[in-house]
Amino acid sequence: MSAPDDAAVPVAPNRTGALVGADAERAGPSGTAAAELQAGTQTGVTPLTPDPPAGRRKRGKGVVYWFCLGWLALVVLAAIAANWLPLPDPNAIDIINKTAPPFSEGHLLGTDGLGRDILSRLAYGARVSLVISVAAVAVGIIVGGTLGMVVGYFRGRLETAVMAVIDVILAFPGLVLLLALVAFVGQSLLAITVVIGFLSIPVYTRVARAATLAVSQREYVLAAGLMGGKTTRILFREIMPNVILPVAAFGLIALGVVIVLEGSLAFLGLSVEAPAATWGSMIAEGKRHLDDAIHIALIPSVVMFLTVLSLNLVGDVLRSRFDVREANL
Amino acid sequence: MARLIGQKLLTLVPVLLAVSLLTYLLLNLLPGDPALLVLGPESVSAESIAAVRAELGLDRPLPVRYLAWLGAAATGDLGRSYITQQEVTGAILDRLPVTLELMVLSLTIALVLAIPLGVFSAYRAGSRFDKLVTGTTFGLLALPNFIFALLLIFFLSVRLGLFPATGWQPLSDGLVENLQSAFLPALALSVTNIAVFTRLLRTDMITTLQEDHVTLARSKGLPTWRILFRHALRPSSFSLLTVAGLQVGTLLSATVIVETIFALPGVGRLLFDAINSRDLLMVQGVVLVLAVSFVLVNFVVDLLYTFLDPRIRSGAARVRA
Amino acid sequence: MSIAAELPVPPATPDPVDPLLEVRDLHTWFDTPRGMVRAVDGVSFTLRRGASIGIVGESGSGKTVLSRSIMNLLPKKAAVPASGEVLFEGRDLRPMSSKQMRSYWGPQMAMVFQDPMTSLNGVVKIGRQITEGLRQHLDLSRQDADAEAVRLLTSVGIPAPERRLGEYPHQLSGGMRQRVTIAIALACGPKLLMADEPTTALDVTVQAQILDLLARQQAERSMGMVLVTHDLGVVANRTDDIAVMYAGQIVEKASTRTLFRRMRHPYTEALMRCIPRVENPSHTRLDAIPGRPPDLAALPVGCRFAPRCRYAQPECLAENPPLFSDEPGHEYRCFFPVGTSAGAEALERNERAGSTAAGTTMDLLTKASA
Repeated sequence: MSAPDDAAVPVAPNRTGALVGADAERAGPSGTAAAELQAGTQTGVTPLTPDPPAGRRKRGKGVVYWFCLGWLALVVLAAIAANWLPLPDPNAIDIINKTAPPFSEGHLLGTDGLGRDILSRLAYGARVSLVISVAAVAVGIIVGGTLGMVVGYFRGRLETAVMAVIDVILAFPGLVLLLALVAFVGQSLLAITVVIGFLSIPVYTRVARAATLAVSQREYVLAAGLMGGKTTRILFREIMPNVILPVAAFGLIALGVVIVLEGSLAFLGLSVEAPAATWGSMIAEGKRHLDDAIHIALIPSVVMFLTVLSLNLVGDVLRSRFDVREANL
Repeated sequence: MARLIGQKLLTLVPVLLAVSLLTYLLLNLLPGDPALLVLGPESVSAESIAAVRAELGLDRPLPVRYLAWLGAAATGDLGRSYITQQEVTGAILDRLPVTLELMVLSLTIALVLAIPLGVFSAYRAGSRFDKLVTGTTFGLLALPNFIFALLLIFFLSVRLGLFPATGWQPLSDGLVENLQSAFLPALALSVTNIAVFTRLLRTDMITTLQEDHVTLARSKGLPTWRILFRHALRPSSFSLLTVAGLQVGTLLSATVIVETIFALPGVGRLLFDAINSRDLLMVQGVVLVLAVSFVLVNFVVDLLYTFLDPRIRSGAARVRA
Repeated sequence: MSIAAELPVPPATPDPVDPLLEVRDLHTWFDTPRGMVRAVDGVSFTLRRGASIGIVGESGSGKTVLSRSIMNLLPKKAAVPASGEVLFEGRDLRPMSSKQMRSYWGPQMAMVFQDPMTSLNGVVKIGRQITEGLRQHLDLSRQDADAEAVRLLTSVGIPAPERRLGEYPHQLSGGMRQRVTIAIALACGPKLLMADEPTTALDVTVQAQILDLLARQQAERSMGMVLVTHDLGVVANRTDDIAVMYAGQIVEKASTRTLFRRMRHPYTEALMRCIPRVENPSHTRLDAIPGRPPDLAALPVGCRFAPRCRYAQPECLAENPPLFSDEPGHEYRCFFPVGTSAGAEALERNERAGSTAAGTTMDLLTKASA
């Protein structure tokens, strides 16, 4: 900006997000409209986080943040400990008690249309969601991240070629490709994980490449190169630590995306084969009972929603900390 | 201008070729005998397999097969399904209007909601209204569209009976009936976009509203709505356009789910059915058509961008969002 | 021009009882995480109808905030409930809502911003940017507004104005763009024109043209004008009065002639040295004065200029000097004014000691000013 003069002064009001925010709240309906036009513009410009101004707001956000972390911990624990928890067999059919509402005897969250225990199926479903999402994201991060780092560091023709392929893969509507592949590769846990992992490689390649481009021009990296450091050493010692954080923060949000993808597959009956419990298939099953037992669809829906929401929120907090510029992607 | 379009068209050709190649390779290099895939898992008589192999030219090398398929595809012939005996191209064309209508309707819903919400929450950034909008859209981002679709069916269809839960009334049955059957699925499709567009526009508007030209507009004594919608919205809407183009990809994916839930005769549903019956040629055709449409949509967005932004139109340097 | 009367009101003989603009003890503070930023801290001045005043100060002196405070364009909610009045034709603008201000913005007061590249809307045609104000306030038809816009563009010296109406800002050069923003500001015939560093973003070669244009328009239309700049040379022969701002306050105010002849404040004296001479035509810089202005969020108790002042004495550190006056219309905020015996003694004392009471080495201050 060519406004060097008085720059310090306009900056001051611009930084008063807290105050402006709090005041705008009190503002009358229309009276000082245009003054707020600018007042409104002062608040923080974080794209995805609801921007809480300082002080009082910060604490409010903290509660939500910790709630989300707690929820994620609960989901992970349930998935790991599903076998040892005092839960009925997720596939045991209790035909007398089918479509039992929540808080029924022996079925804390009720039963589905076949009389299977919803809580138990949720816990085992969490396993599927978790295994697939974590494994797929890991594949994406390891393969895509390395690829992005390597092409971002060496540049040249390799980079052009790799990025061209990546652009072509990204030219496909994601789920369409996923559906087509899963249908023909198979519906095992492994197959689904591999396909989702494969399809998520491009995104990580981009993130890692952008981060590498930014880092590799920094002086200490240049210096390491000039001093004759071994390339692999530079890549792993100097560059990777700077790339891994933005990629990992991005990965947290990607976990949520994969959970939704798997859920969509399961909902369409194309994820892990029945009768294995997955959240998506539970929701699909509940669709039949929308008019008589909404809880069958609603409970897994809420669980999936909360999980994705928590991942988004926690990922977002971390991402804003590492400041991954989307423009660089 | 014409030269600019020409240049862009030239870059389009390799992308389209690459997309077709990838479509073909992905579905032809899969494990298993393509002939079996083509025929489907049920019919496994040796003669039919041999017949299909011959017809598919599986004895020929892959590049030759690809070129043959590409050549046919270029003339609009995507083959004939071995399972339904339908012409793939014809089947897609039959279903396309439904999907198109859904997508247009859903983008319209998303924009109609997102523009005022984004503009006003930026204008009142930090206000209770803004926090409500920001919080709600953050939640919407975590709401998978199949869950949203079920919620819509439950509340608006099962409980209130306002809309049919499933089924499609073509336009020939009357506009009202058609819209009534299309509204719920379109709304279900738009959930993510409402959130994405609102948040994007809010962020962009907040930046724009801080710019000097907005202060200048204020210092002319213009009314607020005019400043917001005439002065601030336009420069803020370019990245919205770009993202709307990119969101078409998500939208195409979502149609598969939504058309299946609402039992609509669209391309998404066609793909779902084809996948379930392992109809390789149909899947291949649909994937190709969807991917090519996605590429073309973004190409058009790119051109539109050029038309709408006077700074680009005249070739002035500008960093794109 | 339909509004601006052609009545020649000579700036030399204005009506002293009816000021156009009267700023009284204006404060604009911002509550920030760093503390209270006192951007404008008790500024008073009067502008007669058709007269002009230059407000001079370096970066961070609060002059941009001052100009926007006067225009009531600042985000009202960002500023701490401020004291002071901005009387425009006798009515206080400060408590007015933006809705009320809308009838002032345009026909009563208008503003020219620093950088025409950012202050013009890049995606709206120039014609519309000019005519929308006209149509809003003067209720002109589209044809009349276009005709008026052409006349305005002609009067600010833009060739082929009809063609320009359909063009976008990026199609013009920087100087032409600033002429357009001046045309926009003049559109509804304002009584007060606020020009905030109108030439800073422009090439040196066109700066003088733009300033002359402003001065000519101001005289022709007998507008009041506040010209904000960091360059004393800019206002030297273009405004009737000059107010020198430092750290949110006016430190010296006088008629231009008086100020140049008998400056009293050491800061003004230092600024004078910064006026570029013919032999030094590069972009004017005020950092030729060693040191930086104080942080507006952490102002000293004493004189705000003391750390950079050659005359600084212990009293200067203890108390911020009030405004003194030794002739009508000339005010300054200094205990040891330039050109007085007190000032001379103070300077001599500091030179003997080798450093000022604020602990700044004299060498540093004199070297820079040499």
